[in-house]
Amino acid sequence: MSEKYKPEQLAKVDYTPPKTGWMQTPTVFKKGSFNYSAIPKSVEYLGLPNPRKWQPSDDDWQLPDNWKEIILEGMKVRLERYRSLKLFMDICVRCGACADKCHYFIGSGDPKNMPVLRAELFRAVYRNNFTLAGKIMGSLVGARELTIDALKEWFYYFFQCTECRRCSLFCPYGIDTAEITMMARELLSLVGCDIDWIVTPAANCLRTGNHLGIQPHGFKDSVDFAVDDLHDITGIKVEASVNRKGAEVLFVVPSADYFGDPHYFGFLGYMALFHEIGLDYTFSAYASEGGNFGLFHSYETMKRLNQKIYAEAKHLGVKWIIGGECGHMWRVLHQYMDTLNGPADFLEVPVSPITGTRFDNAKSTKMVHIAEFTADLIRQNKIKLDKSRNDQWRVTFHDSCNPARGMGLLEEPRYVLNNVCNYFHEMPEGTIREQTFCCGSGAGLGTDENLEMRLRGGFPRGNAVRYVQDKHGVNMLCCICAIDKATLPAVCDFWAPGVSVGALHELVGNALVMKGEKPDRTDLRGEPFLSSKASETEAEVVKEGNHDV
Amino acid sequence: MRGLYSLFILLALICLALLGVSLLQWHYLFGVIIPYLAVALFIVGIIYRVVKWARSPVPFRIPTTAGQQKSLPWIKANNLESPSNIWGVLGRMLLEILFFRSLFRNTKADIRDGRIIYGGNKWLWLGGLAFHYTFLVIVIRHFRFFMEPVPRIIELIQNLDGLMQVGVPVIYMTDFIFLGAVGYLFLRRVVIPQVRYISLESDYFPLFLLLAIGTTGVMMRYFTGLRVDIIAVKEMVIGLINFNPAVVSGIGAMFYLHLFLVSLLLVYFPISKLMHMGGVFLSPTRNLANNSRVRRHINPWDYPVKGHSYEEWEDEFRELIKGAGMPLDKE
Repeated sequence: MSEKYKPEQLAKVDYTPPKTGWMQTPTVFKKGSFNYSAIPKSVEYLGLPNPRKWQPSDDDWQLPDNWKEIILEGMKVRLERYRSLKLFMDICVRCGACADKCHYFIGSGDPKNMPVLRAELFRAVYRNNFTLAGKIMGSLVGARELTIDALKEWFYYFFQCTECRRCSLFCPYGIDTAEITMMARELLSLVGCDIDWIVTPAANCLRTGNHLGIQPHGFKDSVDFAVDDLHDITGIKVEASVNRKGAEVLFVVPSADYFGDPHYFGFLGYMALFHEIGLDYTFSAYASEGGNFGLFHSYETMKRLNQKIYAEAKHLGVKWIIGGECGHMWRVLHQYMDTLNGPADFLEVPVSPITGTRFDNAKSTKMVHIAEFTADLIRQNKIKLDKSRNDQWRVTFHDSCNPARGMGLLEEPRYVLNNVCNYFHEMPEGTIREQTFCCGSGAGLGTDENLEMRLRGGFPRGNAVRYVQDKHGVNMLCCICAIDKATLPAVCDFWAPGVSVGALHELVGNALVMKGEKPDRTDLRGEPFLSSKASETEAEVVKEGNHDV
Repeated sequence: MRGLYSLFILLALICLALLGVSLLQWHYLFGVIIPYLAVALFIVGIIYRVVKWARSPVPFRIPTTAGQQKSLPWIKANNLESPSNIWGVLGRMLLEILFFRSLFRNTKADIRDGRIIYGGNKWLWLGGLAFHYTFLVIVIRHFRFFMEPVPRIIELIQNLDGLMQVGVPVIYMTDFIFLGAVGYLFLRRVVIPQVRYISLESDYFPLFLLLAIGTTGVMMRYFTGLRVDIIAVKEMVIGLINFNPAVVSGIGAMFYLHLFLVSLLLVYFPISKLMHMGGVFLSPTRNLANNSRVRRHINPWDYPVKGHSYEEWEDEFRELIKGAGMPLDKE
């Protein structure tokens, strides 16, 4: 699908800004770099304003007559609601430290993709309408009238931000462009400027329980299908229940896990693991989605979609919740859920029934990340692992932006990795852990019409993968985010061909030695394991990785 | 160049002040009225701005975590980069405010032969730190004009600052580091294309203003002919501080200009980006603990939204759920 573009061509990035100032440089909607509009049906289902047929490339966006008042009023409301927004409007000194931290700027050279300038698009209007200096001195202090062109520019650039927050890490005041992007997108939505890749999954999720719009029986089918697959692979018939009342744990995954490739291998991994330890858990078809596209849309949508998880936990009478591998999902679950839809006082503080470990870090939300859960199992020696079963993989780990920068989940997946594979190589410093680079497609931008921008945005990540591929022969990029798994294959094919993308729990599932498994079991992709003899000799030579944290 | 406007505005203001002091002899205006007004506006302005920010709530905990969370007991948490308690938050904020921690992380991305190279880039950090600290020392040193007797600590700072004495008068290191740092901050705005592109008049203006303040200060102190009568200056300043203002005769115009520029800075401060000084303390990505799963935080403006309840869902998909053999609440 990336035949249109060539790496040599996209890697040639010109960082010279145009001769004209940014306010005088018009924004041209470039094909391949923006997303299509939301279809009216989805907009209507969510009850959002101004459902209509339109495209961002149209001249007339068919906005309501009073669109300007709506936006400015919306801005006023949000300035009163969020200190973050108000503060970030006022304190930027334009030092430029954030400029080359954005994957889109690195990959495109477009100066409006410098986080500072992206935010200035918003700030200019703020100054014009909400500050005395802006009202008096106008453009001299960087104020700008909210015109239709300015609004279109907002649309273009605020849907060229994956809300990965890498810039906020380097900002001396912690200015978080994601906050500004989130608010700008809320405002755009008030006048009906939504993109389909966000609104349709959100509408699906509200209706059916998951982004893909899979109805209850379809979800059940997927789970049954996975049970059968796992039986073929391991010779073991695992139990997997859906909507079962009285289970101890509700398990919520991003819905791509039971459909997508390579997500699905991770899904098999979870199920194998839970079977092996005998966890009393259930899936829910009603809450069959952990991901939350509301985060990229609006406070209200986020809250509406998130409601199901606690509601279902209560309905099923579980004690606590485990969440699967997903990036933005964990930003919502970690930083928002308890405030949005808590208190979860009908649940118990999570205690692993296998190890007895009490997850005090999830004392209030009662929701544990699967990497935390599995790391604990491994540490307490509760599962038998054969690392050599992953010897076909030379693995590197991609920290997903949100678990890394919005949660601090850095060591748990590494601990798991070091225990399930022999060859784990880190990408270079500055591209991992809290400084990790986005896949280039987060925050609802993973569409194919946006492919050029995705590949450009994926350049820094792809480049780091290429580095370890050349240096260590890495052939798997392991990650713990559904959007990563969906969009990094294209990024890797383009920038580091030959590297596959896989899930953390795929590797766990591969290494897991299950009681009663058939002697000729394969890995979760159905491939036979490398012979243990060959791997032994190799393992002696290349053994790496620190086993202690 | 956008900066030129700022320069012209500042030069016009300087001319105005020189004209007022030298030709028109408006010493009371420039020596008493404007400084009092400036200080009042400075204090009121800062309070107003901070209160205005503080009145908007922080509905969600959104710290940018820059290190390992506190999770399992055997995993070493990084309480400074991902604070889990108040001490961690305090430590993180101290690192941020005293040492510009986030800026210290700064890197530079370059593309060479289709590869991205990341290099350390501490110049901005160094320049910023040098500017802020020398500015602080200079302000502290100025207290010797405001206080009688001069406290020991201020004398100590002054002596340390003048340690590299090369003649009379004592050369203060900070004066020149300050001018160098501000000059660097200005030059990088002009030289680095991206930074030039994002710079507004309101970015150049404070730099020119600080350069002018520093330059007038240095001229008064080190240049014969421009030097002012320090005893008279102190007499006048102490009068101002004690609300007993009087114009002391015989102070050179350079002093009035310096005082005027400082007044300008005080007035400009609360209405400009210089408020980052106050704002950095309030930044929700930095001053919150990463404990949102441990403790519930309340959104003060929360309101209910219409979701899709289990009952509605079951009603909509009843036959399909039944057909798939899944449990139902209502048959």
